[in-house]
Amino acid sequence: MTEATRTLRQISGSSRRSRRNDRLATMVLWATAILALALLGGIIVYLLVASIGVVSPAFLFGDPSDTELGGIFPFFWNSLYILGLTMLISTPIGILAGIYMAEYASENRLTNAIRFAEEAISSVPSIVVGLFGLIAFVNLTGWGYTAMSGALALTLFNLPLLARLTEQALRAVPDEERAGSLALGATKWQTVRHVILPLAIPGIITGIILTAGRVFGEAAVLLFTAGQSSPTHYDMTNFDLSDPNSPWSPFRPATTLAVFVWRNNAEGLSPFATELADGSSAILLGTVLVFNVSSRIFGRFLSRRLTAK
Amino acid sequence: MTVASPATPIAVHIDAGVAAPAAETGELSTVMKMAADKLTVAYGTKIAVREVTVAVPERSILALIGPSGSGKSTVLRCFNRMNDLIPGAAVSGSLTLDGEDITPDDIDVVELRRRVGMVFQRPNPFPMTIFENVAYGPRRRGLKDKKKLEEIVTTSLTRAALWDEVKDDYRKKSGLALSGGQQQRLCIARVLATEPEVILMDEPASALDPISTLRIEELMRELRKSYAIVIVTHNMQQAARVSDLTAFFTMAEDRAGYLVELGPTNQVFTNPTQQLTEDYISGRFG
Repeated sequence: MTEATRTLRQISGSSRRSRRNDRLATMVLWATAILALALLGGIIVYLLVASIGVVSPAFLFGDPSDTELGGIFPFFWNSLYILGLTMLISTPIGILAGIYMAEYASENRLTNAIRFAEEAISSVPSIVVGLFGLIAFVNLTGWGYTAMSGALALTLFNLPLLARLTEQALRAVPDEERAGSLALGATKWQTVRHVILPLAIPGIITGIILTAGRVFGEAAVLLFTAGQSSPTHYDMTNFDLSDPNSPWSPFRPATTLAVFVWRNNAEGLSPFATELADGSSAILLGTVLVFNVSSRIFGRFLSRRLTAK
Repeated sequence: MTVASPATPIAVHIDAGVAAPAAETGELSTVMKMAADKLTVAYGTKIAVREVTVAVPERSILALIGPSGSGKSTVLRCFNRMNDLIPGAAVSGSLTLDGEDITPDDIDVVELRRRVGMVFQRPNPFPMTIFENVAYGPRRRGLKDKKKLEEIVTTSLTRAALWDEVKDDYRKKSGLALSGGQQQRLCIARVLATEPEVILMDEPASALDPISTLRIEELMRELRKSYAIVIVTHNMQQAARVSDLTAFFTMAEDRAGYLVELGPTNQVFTNPTQQLTEDYISGRFG
């Protein structure tokens, strides 16, 4: 064989082939990543350009109007309100359920069934969740279309995913940490509370962001639960929770921004339908972005506070 | 079964004629701090270790040596019931702390682990400050008095021979920012802070460099003055250097571990009674 005499510059046929394959694989992976980013970037750029001249403080904080462009404040408020209400209900339950599944439940047929159900419910089409919400939280409760009905339906849609993501975040914490704490005579709950949770916080925050983004942009679940009425003006100083006209009351119809975008595009009665859709979509996207970034910063802060102060 | 030494209590004398393993010579206490009698552990259907009878006297170091899979760590983990964490683990036989059986389901495992501390193979400080790491055990027991905590932390760090290296920033610095050897001494300090009676060490120096290893060994000799220590090690020189008693384990035909020989360390290393022990120690097997 001449193998021994070959220098590093003379490349054999087989190694030329593997080099070519290696380059090909790198190119394909790059291309897919660029394609995905380009699609996303395209949507963002399109919305940014389209919303120029539409989005302004008056648009965001103004009241809707039939005769001019008007504002979207009531819808924007409702989106924030329902998001807040949903997360208020689903976050504690979701996190506690995740803790139970990761740290307490033993592996058996029941817990496997729960996990399967969590995944199944997460993938139920949202319109089905909405129709279920119509029966359970609108009709059976006798509340009618309310923010609370919408929030409960969204909780149903949200909870399984949140519990699953929390469980995964906790399972990602190495067992050595658990053993270290238990061996010092800490109880199980002390171990979870003082060692496992602080380490899992970043993962749990990611779960909250993912689910919150889904909730904020969700329309189908809310169509038949929170209603599609058209508020014209909210008196933000009305804190009377029993008054259905108060923007703070959970028991009032509440059309969100996503539902508004859908209805505006489907029915398009306003002469400014396109502008409204572009502006609202830009606001939706921007809010989700702000929410994501701020929760990450908060999560990092929290995890630093809880671990090495 | 070829257990050479009698069951508990084992009165062990260090023969003055043979070089003692370390500076301390003289008689070991005849009071057994912890003792296992015919201890058998199974994981599911697989028997990990069979009918082990071994004991550690007060203020002494017992080394468990033997090839991988011979059940040393399994036995060690029984001493503070860490095997409870492994699904399917079943323990039979008896295991006592100061004569009290610790195997029943209804004993207070949390209290047992306070009295029998453990140091793991890989240093596993919590992602907290050095202070919080050491204060962890006392805090979980409900101690809130800042002065007392401070005192416990500084004493424990001093006893673990870490104080001088961290005294300037132990309240700010994360335990994870320390070197491997320092982390392991932090883990020892963390155990000392819970005021245990027995310390279990599962290959405490195997992930450390030789200098850190030496420091841990010196520390063990120092701690021996107050505690009963059980150490699992793969390093036979280490066992010979630090321990008073050595228990040699190996595997039977069915892969279940068992105890071959238990005796004073210098005797086990210089004049073992069992051929298997001699083969292992002289490097012919394992």
